[in-house]
Amino acid sequence: MLYASPLIAVGLTMLIGTFVFTAMGYDGLHAVRDIFLTPFLEPQRWPDLGVKAAPLVMIALGLAIGFRANVWNIGAEGQYVMGAIAGTGVALATHGLTGWWILPAMALAGVIGGMAWAAIPAFLRVKLQVSEILTSLMLTYVAVQALYYLVRGPWKDPDGFNFPQTKMFSAAQTLPAMAEGSLVHLGIPVALVIALVAWLVMEKTTAGYAVKVVGLAPAAARHGGFSADKVTWASLLAGGGLAGLAGLFEAAGPFGQLTPQFPTGYGFTAIIVAFLGRLNPLGIVFGGVVLAGTYVGGEIAQTTVRLPQAATGMFQALLLFVLLATDVLVRYRIGWKARAA
Amino acid sequence: MTPSRLALAHISKSFPGVKANEDISLSVRPGEIHALLGENGAGKSTLVKIIYGVQQADEGAIQWDGSPVAIPSPKAARKLGIGMVFQHFSLFDAMSVIENIALGLDEAVDRDVLKARVAAILDSYSLPLDPERAVHTLSVGERQRIEIVRCLLQKPKLLIMDEPTSVLTPQEVERLFLTLRQIAMGGCAILYISHKLHEIKALCEAATILRGGKVVATCDPKVESTKRMAELMIGAELRQIERKPGGEAGAARLSVKALSLDGEPPFGTDLEAVTFEARAGEILGIAGVAGNGQSELLTALSGERLAGSANAIALDGRPIGREGAGPRRALGLACVPEERNGHAAVPDFSLADNAVLTARHRLPLAPLGVISRGDVARFATAVIQRFDVRTTGPAALARSLSGGNLQKFIMGREIGQTPSVLVVCQPTWGVDAGAAAAIRQELVDLAAKGSAVVVISQDLDELLELADRLCVINEGRLSAARDVATLGIDEIGLMMGGVHGADAPHGADAHA
Amino acid sequence: MTSAILVSILMTLVAASTPILLAALGELVVEKAGVLNLGVEGVMLTGAVAGFAVAYSTGSTGAGLVAALVAGVATAMVFAVLTLSLTANQVATGLALTIFGIGASSLIGAGFVGRTITRLGPAFPEALSGHPLLRAVLGHDIVVYLSLALVLAVSFFLNRTRPGLILRAVGENDASAHAIGYRVIAIRYAAITFGGALAGLAGAYFSLALTPMWADSLTAGRGWIALALVVFAAWRPARLLLGAYLFGAVMTAELQFKAAGVTVLPPEALAMAPYLATIAVLTMMSLGPKSGRANAPACLGKPFSAS
Repeated sequence: MLYASPLIAVGLTMLIGTFVFTAMGYDGLHAVRDIFLTPFLEPQRWPDLGVKAAPLVMIALGLAIGFRANVWNIGAEGQYVMGAIAGTGVALATHGLTGWWILPAMALAGVIGGMAWAAIPAFLRVKLQVSEILTSLMLTYVAVQALYYLVRGPWKDPDGFNFPQTKMFSAAQTLPAMAEGSLVHLGIPVALVIALVAWLVMEKTTAGYAVKVVGLAPAAARHGGFSADKVTWASLLAGGGLAGLAGLFEAAGPFGQLTPQFPTGYGFTAIIVAFLGRLNPLGIVFGGVVLAGTYVGGEIAQTTVRLPQAATGMFQALLLFVLLATDVLVRYRIGWKARAA
Repeated sequence: MTPSRLALAHISKSFPGVKANEDISLSVRPGEIHALLGENGAGKSTLVKIIYGVQQADEGAIQWDGSPVAIPSPKAARKLGIGMVFQHFSLFDAMSVIENIALGLDEAVDRDVLKARVAAILDSYSLPLDPERAVHTLSVGERQRIEIVRCLLQKPKLLIMDEPTSVLTPQEVERLFLTLRQIAMGGCAILYISHKLHEIKALCEAATILRGGKVVATCDPKVESTKRMAELMIGAELRQIERKPGGEAGAARLSVKALSLDGEPPFGTDLEAVTFEARAGEILGIAGVAGNGQSELLTALSGERLAGSANAIALDGRPIGREGAGPRRALGLACVPEERNGHAAVPDFSLADNAVLTARHRLPLAPLGVISRGDVARFATAVIQRFDVRTTGPAALARSLSGGNLQKFIMGREIGQTPSVLVVCQPTWGVDAGAAAAIRQELVDLAAKGSAVVVISQDLDELLELADRLCVINEGRLSAARDVATLGIDEIGLMMGGVHGADAPHGADAHA
Repeated sequence: MTSAILVSILMTLVAASTPILLAALGELVVEKAGVLNLGVEGVMLTGAVAGFAVAYSTGSTGAGLVAALVAGVATAMVFAVLTLSLTANQVATGLALTIFGIGASSLIGAGFVGRTITRLGPAFPEALSGHPLLRAVLGHDIVVYLSLALVLAVSFFLNRTRPGLILRAVGENDASAHAIGYRVIAIRYAAITFGGALAGLAGAYFSLALTPMWADSLTAGRGWIALALVVFAAWRPARLLLGAYLFGAVMTAELQFKAAGVTVLPPEALAMAPYLATIAVLTMMSLGPKSGRANAPACLGKPFSAS
């Protein structure tokens, strides 16, 4: 029953969205259909859906581990940017070289970059009890400014007509497409494999058990010999590492370079994905596809009903609100049933 | 004969699945101290909540000074002149005494006026209490005085005291009784809720005994025998713990030497050079009033907090002071903290998952970090069966169990691993009489098999029944252990009563 | 001449500090009641866009400020209903509120991008503040004076009045407050309403006073800085004032450096400064004496349900 609430939430969001957009003078029904149904009904949209879902799923998997442990890393966007920056650093250093090792080296740098950025809030929380919520978020703004500095300054492409952007990555530095000429890149299967591994770890191992027990009952966790500090470190590093990898995949995939437009807000949307997936790794795959749909569908609705791009963001937030509310209502219903029984 | 201040007639109250109160009648006269006596779950709390307007009766009538009344809310109760001191105080730790008192009033009173009125009450009842102190710096007895002053400010005609002595030292209890007698002398009726028979004998003129939500007897406690009242209250012949004729206690299994540890912030108690030994085959009791370092001692022994040196704690001669909770369990030291929900068990986990929490070190439940669901379910089922845990099975959530049943499961989880040493804090807190007896029996049996058992408890009766030797913890210091057989209850009371600077525990130390 | 520059620096600093002071003051009251509303940024944005939209269409900045207040309260109510009545997780709901505020303000503001309005003017006639020193005292807009008055009012309310005492009690121990008979949920609704109104006003200050022009996400994370400021102030209104003006100084440093022609640091480094300063301040607070932390409301962020 608890697994029904994401579905109910999607349905309710569609309903509310129809009313809201109609009230705002748009063709609400058409807008909602384009945002929630068209991307799934038209097969030619599926590659784009996958491309957008992959980073969302990867980031959300890491965040969900943290949320389970009561570790509120909301700075995934910054870790995502840092991962891309670190990976791009490797790309710029290896420009002109070829070899199978370049892409793995970039991916490794991406993971390390994201981890390093998440390590700051982890250290501050574990050693000094500073709330990771504010520090991780503040670091997002710092990472974005660092990106601006790099693409406008030291990393600016000398042959780029003074545009603030890096050189394009070479073929050896770009994610291979899964099929000739397809948008679908290696990041998509990687995201699915990571989801499966995360599910196995969370459900079957004492490591996953530690994350859950630390989040639900910290005193019991200590009593059972689990270290909350280790879990905090691990979940922030996992979140940062996955966000960093997603950032690198995005840079070495759809973008092919770094530009000031690189931070697209995936790190924040992934929070919604994590909740929509009920913090369960397999549910997150579902959540990632739904949210990717709102991006793809939002673009469709921009042309069909002239809905502003910002509507996508509001839809996503609406979805999270409705989800939080339905979660509670579903919980209550179960409560009533149990009492009646 | 004066009319009753409060008269209840045929009060009934049901909750889904439970009849909490059934056809209860009782009356209290002005100036009378009336005991409401019963076990946990007998319906005392529900009844006083109805009197105080927290809950409404399904059936029955309430009369106040001879005329029928409805009491829809605590505010209405206070308006009538009913004051209540709950077992759990409604205090605000970070605020001052006077702020706490102001918050207890129904209307705004000018601060200076209030101070004067509080000073007058403290003076006329000779209650020592500094109005400017922050509550977290006060002892439990002092905190209770805030609640009493809150009530007295409203000039009550009926004062309800809910289990007021459960956390007080014997000396503080004496002092409270003086205050209560003085209040009653002024014409206020007092409804005194307790399950401690000797207190009721000492204080009350009448007693209504509840069992299973019904009145089973009304008596004069000064005349009725303690044994008879106990039987009425419990509803069966008192069950005796079976003890195998004890051989001499064996070698020390757990030895603690000069264990010192800072209290947990913000308001914890420091442990100071705690030293004791628990020997094979014995039960060592640690008595003490709440908040004197019991929970700190338990977490220091369980490994949730590490000692400064490895030698501070030794298990079968092996230093373990610097080992964490997991390694200590693996070596055979099991601990059960007082708080079941969120400390000994995770309410949102199933019983099976709760078994993993502390049993995975000694039993092969998670080889190489992969949880073996089948083995876990088998172990949990075995615990449920052996310890008669009333539940639907290992998949039931811990939160769905009653306190007593969850405690049986937790005790079973630890005893089922046959630890060399078991340390338990408040093993029967909030557990019904039947389950409590079963748990005590299991502790005795475990000791009989050669384990050492340490029971930390505030319930002296329980300790005297269970323990072979007894020591007292007071302000983080532990007295030397004494044989229970040679110890009188007044002596223990003195040992415990050092809260306000009495030298008794040091006196006890001197015997060591 | 120098005094004129100093006064102008001061004016910029006060203007930059005022919205975070307002938002933080509102959040301080919310947190004192035991609720952690992480959605300040979102509430500020809806206030900013509502204020701008109304000011643009009516031509009255005053009407804009009122609209921002109402929009702030309305947005905060969504948070209140979810967390108080439906006991949803406060952290998650606060995040949702922020994401919602970003989306909604950007959607509503889409039609206003690039449009300008008349900036909120000084509260007193220019004649009164002709001299630079007089200008430093009397040359600010009405919201600046309001924010200062509110600091005093909130401080008095919390420490000297009975409703303030009750509000603190609810944040300190909701179970006790409920047991005594206080309406925990109602009091928290009231606190969140106040916090929403102030955050809405703070948002409108960006769009009506600081940059009288609409731009997406123009609050740029100041709502989060306001949250940090409450921690820095150890939940004391007077310290909040100090903190807000310190942050104002850091935030305007970029402009001051630019004005002074100093180019030692790249502009991005200066833009990072407020965020790095926030982290530094939070770290310092945890290193400092424990008194600051002990002043935190004990029930902060914990859900309460009466049963």
